[in-house]
Amino acid sequence: MHANLFDRYHHTEGPLHRLEARVKVVLTVAFIVSNALLPDGAWTAFGLGWLLVLAANALSLLGLGFTLKRSLIALPFALAAISSIFSTPGNPLSSFPFLGMELIVTDAGLLRFASILVRSWLSVQAAILLVAVTTFPDLIHALEHLRAPKIITTVIAFLYRYLFVLSDEVIRLLRARQARSATLPPSVSPHFPRKWGERKRGVVWRAKVAGNMVGQLFLRSYERSDRIYNAMLARGYQGQIRTLHPHTLTRRDWTIGALTVLLILSLQLIGR
Amino acid sequence: MPITHPSLPVTMPETCDGDILRVRDLKFNYPDGHAALHGVSFQLCEGDKAALVGPNGAGKSTLMLHLNGILEGRGEIEVMGLRLTRDNLPTIRSMVGLVFQNPDDQLFSPTVFEDVAFGPLHMGLPEDEVRVRVTEALAAVRMSAYADRLSHHLSVGEKKRISIATVLSMRPSLLVLDEPSAGLDPRARRTLIHLLRDLPITMLVSTHDMALVKELFPRTIIMDEGRIVADGLTMEILDDEKLLEAHGLERG
Amino acid sequence: MHPSPLLLHIPDGFLSIIVAVVCWVITASLLAIAIRKTNESLGEKQIPLMGIMAAFIFAAQMINFPVAGGTSGHLLGGALAAILLGPWAAMLVMTAVIAVQGLLFQDGGLVAMGANILNMGLITAAIGYGFHRAVLTQSRRVKLTVAGLAAWTSVMAGALATTLQLWLSGTAKLGIILPAMLTVHALIGLGEAFITVAALGFIMQTRPDLLGESSASALGGKGWILAGIALTMIVILLAPFASTNPDGLERVATDLGFLQSGQSAPFEIIPDYTVPILGGTPLSTVVAGVIGVIVVGLVIGATAIGLRKK
Repeated sequence: MHANLFDRYHHTEGPLHRLEARVKVVLTVAFIVSNALLPDGAWTAFGLGWLLVLAANALSLLGLGFTLKRSLIALPFALAAISSIFSTPGNPLSSFPFLGMELIVTDAGLLRFASILVRSWLSVQAAILLVAVTTFPDLIHALEHLRAPKIITTVIAFLYRYLFVLSDEVIRLLRARQARSATLPPSVSPHFPRKWGERKRGVVWRAKVAGNMVGQLFLRSYERSDRIYNAMLARGYQGQIRTLHPHTLTRRDWTIGALTVLLILSLQLIGR
Repeated sequence: MPITHPSLPVTMPETCDGDILRVRDLKFNYPDGHAALHGVSFQLCEGDKAALVGPNGAGKSTLMLHLNGILEGRGEIEVMGLRLTRDNLPTIRSMVGLVFQNPDDQLFSPTVFEDVAFGPLHMGLPEDEVRVRVTEALAAVRMSAYADRLSHHLSVGEKKRISIATVLSMRPSLLVLDEPSAGLDPRARRTLIHLLRDLPITMLVSTHDMALVKELFPRTIIMDEGRIVADGLTMEILDDEKLLEAHGLERG
Repeated sequence: MHPSPLLLHIPDGFLSIIVAVVCWVITASLLAIAIRKTNESLGEKQIPLMGIMAAFIFAAQMINFPVAGGTSGHLLGGALAAILLGPWAAMLVMTAVIAVQGLLFQDGGLVAMGANILNMGLITAAIGYGFHRAVLTQSRRVKLTVAGLAAWTSVMAGALATTLQLWLSGTAKLGIILPAMLTVHALIGLGEAFITVAALGFIMQTRPDLLGESSASALGGKGWILAGIALTMIVILLAPFASTNPDGLERVATDLGFLQSGQSAPFEIIPDYTVPILGGTPLSTVVAGVIGVIVVGLVIGATAIGLRKK
């Protein structure tokens, strides 16, 4: 697989890229928490929150619409929230029967549904921007600095390094499956009647093939972990991972961080 | 049946007393009982560049894993005059830089910098020293501009060179490489050859690439079925067609 | 293309802050125990092993198989990971997978990540291992059958937990979403079960030692059987009851006060959104808001510190 399929970092080198990763993580989480805290229908605050997102987009030199284009990712989940239209107590607007239930649309319900969508839409844009302007290794360092347990950050670092290697293996396995199964239409293969056409097989058989692939992938991964362990031992690993702490907070980081926190707090004031 | 060649005309430097590496009568059985090494003995001296050749399963990789104590067999290993024991494993490991065949196993960190820093960091060196070592090691493999690169963005040839840097940063006395030219395209292989030629360090390199052996290594050690069956000047060994044929090797 | 096997990755915005924080606290506490336990059971090799296994689960989720009508079966992997690595290691592995999916691919939110880890990583691993631990000494056939059951149940439990969290957050109407989620995941769970069984069968045949008596897979305590049974009982009792009688559950939750507190922001617990000494001034609302934010921050901070100490 081409590695860039999993890469989310964009080398535009805007001012936001240079902001320390820790600050960006804290601000992103603060923004998402703030969205969750805003009451339903706080449209002014939501709108200003969006301006904040736009400003961040501009400061990343990615173009104002960068996060907008990618923000629909959470949309399928909105299906789950549709039912909030009927579950929130409020003034009934209309009602209709559904699978033996009487569903009542309320004004508060509609308001809640719209608010959930907006909250989610704003939050996901912040998260998209975070990984677009921060390299993933820096993000891991930020988590270390923010006192996330080292074993978890280390496992995440390994996962990040090897997801590329192992997805390549998966792609090869999938290609091999395709090459074995999909090529012979029944009419041109008189010598292999039925035996070859995967389509003739049931879903259980297909699941079994997939399961065998998973098993194979596990064994390869397990053996790889042995070799990696040896490579670590050979370079002095004794059971404790050590890391350098390459990042320091500058005055610029503090200032921008504090200012943005103030902005986010003022969103709260406006929204209530 | 193992084939032995007891009377090879070896003209190794008379002065070599194994000041870098001395291996005596090393034996090893895998946990399943399968014997991999049957009494291996040899020495390496300062400045030696030796190739380790032999068919698959000859015990080359097993031998290499012993040299910095990842596998523990019976017999004696001395590095720079220091006998390998459990207590001095950390010291030995910093003196013997072992590079594995698959760079995706060797490079296990997200970035090049972190990988090259791993060795010195786990030797317990202070941060400033670690940085100096990383810069120096990357310069030695001519990859100085790559410190901030992500490992998965590197080509195979680049990964191989960074792999070597990951042990050079420990300033080892002996570099042990497993199949360094495997999987490289001609240009990357050429770059690697130049790099290995210019590195001023004692090396033991296992390989199937006989052209590489001829070009780079004055000394060749042949292993087969867990034994050293020949150890001498590359020129002479490569001329002994009977010997090569007996161990499934070609002149290259 | 990135793997997103189930409709279980809750994005930010769908959980109320209270529900999100409570889930984070539960998740963090369990992870704190897991960190201590894996150190004991896996030793020095734990870092590379769990790191590669996390990448394995991530990659295995990309392996799909066509079911019917354009849909495909996927692996979530919590139960499989628990059976292969033991429950605690599986929890850390799944945590890393879900964290990367959330951080890198926005597949699941950041503030909602505590809930996502709980639903997809911790509950699934506990059920998967609980079932497996109960039949550890049985024949291969029994083990595989039970592993399939465990995989299916783990997906159902994850779906149930997700649904309950959405409902408590005031995001979804239980009577609609619960039957929908459970029906969909009953099918998805079948895919999970098939893949899990086939993968385990393959591994048992090729490397039986990895699931043998001295492997990490056999080291979990018998308490896991109880945990597995308890969680399964919750699924068996709660799911049908709530599906057929959502109003009943709603009434219970309302009576117990879960529903209101789940939906409110933390500072709304402060009466009338004001701070008593300041009276009903706008400033009072502001201060109440700030106090709320600080409380949330403290809870998260305290959890983080607790985690680190262990």
